Amino acid sequence: MPQLSMRDAINQALHQEMARDPRVIVLGEDVSGGAGGTSGEREAAGGIFGVTKGLLPKYGEQRVIDTPISESAIIGAAGGAALAGLRPVAEIMFADFVGVCLDQIYNQIAKFRYMFGGRTTCPVVIRTAMGAGMNMGAQHSQTMYPLLTAVPGLKIVIPSNAYDAKGLMLQAIRDDDPVVFFEHKALYPRKGEVPEGMYTIPFGEANLVREGEHATVVAIGRMVPFAEKALDALAKDGITCDLIDPRTTSPLDSDTIIESVEGTGRLIVIDESPPRCSVAADIVAIVTQAAFRSMKAAPRMVTAPHAPIPFAPALERAYVPGPQKIEAAIRAAVRE
Amino acid sequence: MTFTAEQLERAYRQMKTIREFEERLHVEIATGEIPGFTHLYSGQEAVAVGVCETLTDADYIASTHRGHGHCIAKGCDVLGMMKEIYGRADGLCKGKGGSMHIADFSRGMLGANAIVGGGPPLAVGAAIACRNAGNKAVSVAFGGDGSCNQGTVFEAMNLAVVLKVPAIFVFENNGYSEHTGADYSVGSKDIAGRSRGFGMPAEDVDGADFFAVYEAMQRAVAHAKAGKGPYTIVPLITRYFGHFEGDPQNYRAKDEVAQLRQTMDCLKRFRARVEADRSLPLSRLDAIDTEVLELIDRCVKEAKASPPPAESELTSDVYINY
Repeated sequence: MPQLSMRDAINQALHQEMARDPRVIVLGEDVSGGAGGTSGEREAAGGIFGVTKGLLPKYGEQRVIDTPISESAIIGAAGGAALAGLRPVAEIMFADFVGVCLDQIYNQIAKFRYMFGGRTTCPVVIRTAMGAGMNMGAQHSQTMYPLLTAVPGLKIVIPSNAYDAKGLMLQAIRDDDPVVFFEHKALYPRKGEVPEGMYTIPFGEANLVREGEHATVVAIGRMVPFAEKALDALAKDGITCDLIDPRTTSPLDSDTIIESVEGTGRLIVIDESPPRCSVAADIVAIVTQAAFRSMKAAPRMVTAPHAPIPFAPALERAYVPGPQKIEAAIRAAVRE
Repeated sequence: MTFTAEQLERAYRQMKTIREFEERLHVEIATGEIPGFTHLYSGQEAVAVGVCETLTDADYIASTHRGHGHCIAKGCDVLGMMKEIYGRADGLCKGKGGSMHIADFSRGMLGANAIVGGGPPLAVGAAIACRNAGNKAVSVAFGGDGSCNQGTVFEAMNLAVVLKVPAIFVFENNGYSEHTGADYSVGSKDIAGRSRGFGMPAEDVDGADFFAVYEAMQRAVAHAKAGKGPYTIVPLITRYFGHFEGDPQNYRAKDEVAQLRQTMDCLKRFRARVEADRSLPLSRLDAIDTEVLELIDRCVKEAKASPPPAESELTSDVYINY
């Protein structure tokens, strides 16, 4: 099976779905790039991370739309185009910029179906790059998904590997509800086996990455490969865990997590976001209410601190929950 | 330009329906039977109707918090609207939207919008769809002297120019952004000038004159459908009621509204015009007046008799599937 990076897997999904469905358009800042520049290179970028590369030459300027730096207009236009029958994939270059266009996301597209009594759908996909680890500082490194997971009407997707990213992206574009698709920047170059053909991964179905006995570890996005590293180390001491990747935080496959905790009796949630009102806190609350009597130890969260993301590499390394922190937390939980 | 008798009757009926819908709501809201927060459109009817009479169901509009007039003008079912405003199960949006969230997608009505400046980016998106389908339809963003100060609107105007899409921005300058005068809040005092600054043609128009609005819109639609990009119309108009029902309007001179009801009434102006050029006997308009009053009366009676939504509706329609 071909090995693709997560970047190329998402790119392949966009290419395949644009070829299949003429209603799909892509819009955002520099999604092709080069418009109005002096080099004559019309596709100068293909997205700053290269995720939208090759779309413009194939599908043309009507369907691959470079926009001004106007996040509210990008998301609003995507919403309006969706109401008018298109299937827009809008890019917000960095998830942090969601703050600029929050109204269009949570007051507009998220609420249309409900406010208008089920008379419409708003099939928008918002793609956005998130996450720390590249020294981009406090305004280009946040996860932002806790904020949007809390909004009824949105579906929130966070792939942790290339295979899932392709299947989830195809599902996202075909889904009739608005979807926000968070792509961790540090995962873009990570390769995995990705079939050439089209396939979808349903939302709300967690991936049981590993099976084990002593604890249930839930990890999101980049925390999944970090948790795998931690579990490799723990295996040497005979500690094994269920590792669950929810893949979508809304809908959340809480059944799979609860069932696992009923077996292992311990829950550790790994989340790159700050702890308060986070997806980690949410999962702990949901699972504890459902499986309290099965639990042998208090649930634990391994998260970033309640602080903005620092620039200095040494500080940023300390900010992100790494494999060692995860390993220590699991060890402590299992000992309890 | 000449209008057929049928066109004239239709335009008058639409304006009169909006007027009576709103005047009746003003009375009914005072009884306490209508829940929530309502913003009435009385006084501005010639704008909604002048704009929408140039459109078909294939064209889109994105409306505002003061949206009843736009809804009626674009063809939304008046009874369904009344039921929606009363919060009834068989309202246009099942009672889940209310006055500020009425939409009818079969009519190209993309929704009233309770966020000032929320609609124009959406209208530009629908205009992208229109452009990609060959500029056979247009997309209208309604706004006012309030929304013209929102950054989202600036973004939408620029994007529309950059992408050359058939979007038409209609800024109804009714003199007040909520409770603050437009002569204070619009720094340049020239809304049309701003649109020109973004690179599109723009014209001021007498918002109480149906014919003037209609003709300006025809120029806008022709421009947009020719693939020349967006256009702006700024109707100068007034509202007869407060920002919302219950607004004591202490910011307006005591006799301002009473005077404007005499001097700035699109229905009176319409009647005077058709009387002067003998294009329609006034008896026809009188007959329409009676029919409209009967319609609104029936709407209120039926809305009051309609059931509230069942509690099971609380969590339906959040998603298609979840």
